[in-house]
Amino acid sequence: MDNKIDRRQFLKLTGLGGVVFASGLSGWANAAKKSGQDEFYFVQLSDTHWGFNGPKVNPDAANTLKKAVAAVNALEQAPDFVVFTGDLTHTTDDPKLRRARMAEFRDIVSKLKVKEVRFMPGEHDASLDRGAAYQEFFGKLHYTFDHKGVHFIVLDNVSDPGAKIGEAQLAWLKQDLKQMRRDAPIVVLTHRPLFDLYPQWDWATRDGAAAIELLMPYKNVTVFYGHIHQEHHHKTGHIEHHAAQSLIFPLPAPGSVPKRAPLPWDANQPYKGIGFRSVEADVKDAYYKTVELPVPKG
Amino acid sequence: MHHGIPRCSLNVVALAGFLAIGAAQSMAVDEPVIRITAKKFEYSLRTLTLKKGVPVVIELTALDRLHGFNLPDFGVRSDVVPGKATRIRFTPDKTGEFVFFCDVFCGDGHEEMSGVLTVKD
Repeated sequence: MDNKIDRRQFLKLTGLGGVVFASGLSGWANAAKKSGQDEFYFVQLSDTHWGFNGPKVNPDAANTLKKAVAAVNALEQAPDFVVFTGDLTHTTDDPKLRRARMAEFRDIVSKLKVKEVRFMPGEHDASLDRGAAYQEFFGKLHYTFDHKGVHFIVLDNVSDPGAKIGEAQLAWLKQDLKQMRRDAPIVVLTHRPLFDLYPQWDWATRDGAAAIELLMPYKNVTVFYGHIHQEHHHKTGHIEHHAAQSLIFPLPAPGSVPKRAPLPWDANQPYKGIGFRSVEADVKDAYYKTVELPVPKG
Repeated sequence: MHHGIPRCSLNVVALAGFLAIGAAQSMAVDEPVIRITAKKFEYSLRTLTLKKGVPVVIELTALDRLHGFNLPDFGVRSDVVPGKATRIRFTPDKTGEFVFFCDVFCGDGHEEMSGVLTVKD
């Protein structure tokens, strides 16, 4: 069966429309040459902040995640898997409430038809207890998995409240990378930007440069992350970094305003700046096309 | 060494041209110390005004839990530990307004824990 999806077909299937960003080593036209086994797509959802209450920035917060789950379920062609890139829940000092939010979040996303769902923590989930509650509900803080020839590495840069990956995890990363061919397709999934996107707003990972240095010898590395609540694309050398929108509220562009405060809800354009993303992977060319998709307003 | 500078008179300091963190032992005797306390989710000073080229020592103490102090435009950061004074010595070498913030996640409100340093000629 040919699972190849072209952009127009995909947008038609979703019924949503979206903003397309193409990246990688070759043009999308090459995708036509590929077989279904060389291609797949997954969905990235990020920064859902379940438990957040702020009517001025999202008066529909209690329904946003549910709508996103419904939107993913409505995709005519199901993604191979879904990944949540952190800040699943909104933080709280109360360990019981933290666990209650995680349980509610888990219950809502259990409604996803796609059964392969990957998680990682954001600082709101894991920084106050170094990931203790998170691990009870979602498992390991960092891990790897392989899918159709792509090696996925989930990095935790949040369970240390100082936004560090830490020496132990960096050693683990180094060891994991040793087994990889230099041209192997590698995707890193993480919460915070690994590079200094805008340190004045704490949009960085304190030892992210060490991770990038370890990844740099590998030719085909792409990073997908969250944290900054907006679409953003950046390159460090040949490594591409793609930030996703949030599913709770958007934040301003880096450095565009004095304060990093959520953008207010626009009643004339509900859900503006809030959404999720599909990522179409062309494995042989280590080529990824992201499509930013909105949350349905209804 | 000066102690107990009133919060309302934190404008200015001395001279020098390098940056050092935790260099209390090598501090010049006439360098003033600006004391800032940190607690969820604020610093006791939200604005600071310093003079370009004049070294300063910022002494930070946390009142409740571990916090951070990060002033990225000057490459300055430190953990701020409860019950222990942490000293940061640096010399502002450019003018403008610069954000400092807590970079140790401390709860709901952490993102608001910041202030502005103004450096003047």
